[in-house]
Amino acid sequence: MGEEKKGFFSRLVAGLTKTRDNIVSGIDAVFSGFSKIDEEFYEELEEILIMGDLGVRATEHILDNLRDKVKENHIKEPADCKQLLIDSIKEQMQVTDAAYRFEEEKSVVLVIGVNGVGKTTTVGKLAGKLKSQGKKVIVAGADTFRAAAGDQLREWANRSGVDMIGGAEGADPGAVVYDATAAAKARNTDVLLVDTAGRLHNKKNLMNELGKINRILEKEYPEAYRETLVVLDATTGQNALVQAKEFSDVAKISGIVLTKMDGTAKGGIAVAIQSELGVPVKYIGVGETIDDLQKFNSDEFVDALFDINKK
Amino acid sequence: MAFDSLSEKLQNVFKNLRSKGRLTEDDVKTALKEVKMAFLEADVNFRVVKQFIKDVQERAIGQDVMNGLNPGQMVIKIVNEEMIRLMGSETTEIAFRPGKELTVIMMVGLQGAGKTTTTAKLAGKFKSRGKKALLCACDVYRPAAIEQLEINGKKQGVEVFSMGDKHKPVDIAKAAVEHARKNEYNVLIVDTAGRLHVDEEMMAELIEIKEAVDVFQTILVVDAMTGQDAVNVASTFDEKIGIDGVVLTKLDGDTRGGAALSIRTVTGKPILYAGMGEKLSDLEQFYPDRMASRILGMGDVLTMIEKAQENIDEEKARELEQKMKRNEFDFEMYLESMGQMKKMGGLSSLMGMMPGMGAGKMPEIDTDEAEKNMARIEAIIHSMTPQERKNPNLLNPSRRNRIAKGAGVDVAEVNRLVKQFEQTRKLMKQMPGFGGKKGRRGMAGMFKGLPF
Repeated sequence: MGEEKKGFFSRLVAGLTKTRDNIVSGIDAVFSGFSKIDEEFYEELEEILIMGDLGVRATEHILDNLRDKVKENHIKEPADCKQLLIDSIKEQMQVTDAAYRFEEEKSVVLVIGVNGVGKTTTVGKLAGKLKSQGKKVIVAGADTFRAAAGDQLREWANRSGVDMIGGAEGADPGAVVYDATAAAKARNTDVLLVDTAGRLHNKKNLMNELGKINRILEKEYPEAYRETLVVLDATTGQNALVQAKEFSDVAKISGIVLTKMDGTAKGGIAVAIQSELGVPVKYIGVGETIDDLQKFNSDEFVDALFDINKK
Repeated sequence: MAFDSLSEKLQNVFKNLRSKGRLTEDDVKTALKEVKMAFLEADVNFRVVKQFIKDVQERAIGQDVMNGLNPGQMVIKIVNEEMIRLMGSETTEIAFRPGKELTVIMMVGLQGAGKTTTTAKLAGKFKSRGKKALLCACDVYRPAAIEQLEINGKKQGVEVFSMGDKHKPVDIAKAAVEHARKNEYNVLIVDTAGRLHVDEEMMAELIEIKEAVDVFQTILVVDAMTGQDAVNVASTFDEKIGIDGVVLTKLDGDTRGGAALSIRTVTGKPILYAGMGEKLSDLEQFYPDRMASRILGMGDVLTMIEKAQENIDEEKARELEQKMKRNEFDFEMYLESMGQMKKMGGLSSLMGMMPGMGAGKMPEIDTDEAEKNMARIEAIIHSMTPQERKNPNLLNPSRRNRIAKGAGVDVAEVNRLVKQFEQTRKLMKQMPGFGGKKGRRGMAGMFKGLPF
C-alpha cells in the first residue's frame, strides 16, 4: 500500500507540474504579493480558484470558510492564510466511503460517461490492473455504436490478456451485457467490466438505454457487488457536475474516474465534484500507460495542487 | 440546447431590469454581477468575463441607458452586441486553394475532442459541395482509430488513405498527398492523433506534418464542454502550430458552451462549424450572431427557416399547396407533412429555435410526449389502405377497428385522428388560399393540420 501511495503522489506531481502554470504559482504570488487581507486579496484568490475549474459555488464555500477562519484566528498576514486555504479545500472535499470493495468481491463495474472522455481506455487500464493482481476479468464491449469501439477495446483486452465479450456494430448493447453476465457466471469471473457507448446526458433515449443495461445487470447478476463509475474529462468545466448528476438519475453511481489530469486543466473539478455531489473520485488518469490510472486520495491531491511534498 | 441555462439566467436578470423605469449605476452593477456569475458557471474564461463586464458596464453606465426610454432593453441590446463582437461578427468558411489545386486540411486537438468524427463529417460537407475529398488516417496511436475513420469514410462515400499503424504519421501524410495528386482529389483532410498541447514531442510531430505536406488550413477541434482551460489549449495550439479555424463539437449537449465565447476572444480565430450530434450529417455552420441571440433567449428563427428550405422539396410543397387549394387534403399529405417535420430535426429541436420557447419557457408542452404522439399517428395512417388514405369518407367502424388493430392502438384514437383531420380540412376550406414567398409556402405545408 505504501508503495502505491508514493507512486500516486509522485506521478500526480509529475502529471500536474507538466504545466508550470498550476494553481500553486498563482496562489503563491497572491500570498506573497499582498501585504494585507482585504477584498482585493479575496478577489484575487477567487480568480485563481475559478480559473482552476473549482466552480463558482465550491469557490464561494471555500472562501467563506476562509474568511471565517481568518476572523476567528485574528490573522493579519496573507502568507498565514495558505494553510487555512488548503484546509478549507480539504474540508470541502470530505466524502464518506471511497472504498474499493469491488476489487475484493465478485463484482460488476459499469463504466459510463459522455463521448470522448476515455471510457474505453479506462476499462482497458482497469482490466490490466486487476489482471495483474491475479483477478479473473472479463470485459464487455457494450459500445456497439461508435465505429471501431469494439476493436479498440479488443486491443486493450489482448494487451492485458483478459477475455472480451462483444457484439457487432449496431447490435443491442443490452444483449451484449446479457451475454457478458452469462459468461461471467459460467467462467467464475472475479470482475466483469462493462464498457458502454458515450452518450450525452441530455439525450433521453440513450439514457433510457443505460437504464436498461442497469436493469439487466440487476436482474441477471444480482449476486455481484455493483460499482458504477462515471468517467469525466478533467478538462471539462462546470458541465461535469451536470453530467454526474444526470447519470446518477439512471444508475446509482458509486464513484468518479477523472481522466486527462495531465493536461493543463488544473483538475479543480475534482474539488467541485466532491464538494457539491458528495461522490468520491476513485481513480484519476494522469497519462497514457496502464500505470497512469491511479487511485485517488483527496488530501494528497490538494497537497499536490499546492506542491506540498511530504514524502 | 447548448445555451439554455445561460439564457434562462440572463432573462431572469433582465426581467428585474425591465420592470424599472430608470436605472441607477448600482442597478447596472447588480445586474452585471449576475451576468458575471452566469458566465462563469457557463465556463467562460475568467479574464474574458472580466473584460466583458467592464466593456458592457462602461457602455451601459456611460450614456445610452441612463436616458433611454427602456433601460432594460438597452442593457440587453448592449450585452447582445458585445457578445456578438466577442464571437466574431461574421460567418467564416474554410478556405480552399483556388481552382482544382489540392487543399490540405489538418485536424488537430486534444484526445476525445471528436477529431475523427468531425473529419468524416467535414468530408461529407465538402463532397456535397462538389469537392473530391480524400481522408488520411494519421492517428497511429489510439487503438482502432484508423478503423473508425475507415468505417465513417465508407458511410460518407469518401475514400480513406491509410497505411496501418506501423509508419510515421508524417510519412503517411506525404504518401496521402501523392495519392491525392495522382488521382486528382482536390481536398485532403488529415486526421491526426489526439494530443495534449503541453506534450512537446507530439506537438513537434504536427509541425513536421504541417511543413512536409504544405498544410493550407489547420483546424482545431474543441469540445464545447471544455472548462477554463479551453483558452490555454486553443492559444497553445495556435502559438505552436498555427491554427486557421476552430470546430466546436458536442454543442448538442447541455453545456452552456462558454468555450465558444472564450476561444474566439483570446485567439481571434473564427469558429467555423459546430458539431450538433452523433450522426455524420450533424455538422452545422457557426453563426455568431444567431448564437448570441440564442444565448439571450431570442430564438433562432433564421436557422429554422433555413432548415425548412433545405429539407423541403419545392415540387412537393407546390403540389401540396395545389391540393389544399382544391380541398383535396388527404391522409397521404398528412403523413408527408409529418415527415417534413421530422426531417427538420423533430419537434423538440424546432421548438428550441422558436423565440421565447427555448430555455424551458414552455414546460407545459412535453415535446417527447408530442413526438410519441406523432409516431402513433403515423402508425395509424400506415395501417390504412391507399384508398382509405385518399378518401377518408370510406372509414366506417369496421375499417376503423381493423386500423386500430393494425396500429396497435385503441379504436378511440383512430376516431380522434379522423375527427381532427376533418376539422383541419374544414379549416382549410375557410383559408383564403396559400402562396406568397418561397419560404412561407413550405412552412404552410408543414404546420397546417398537425394535431397541436
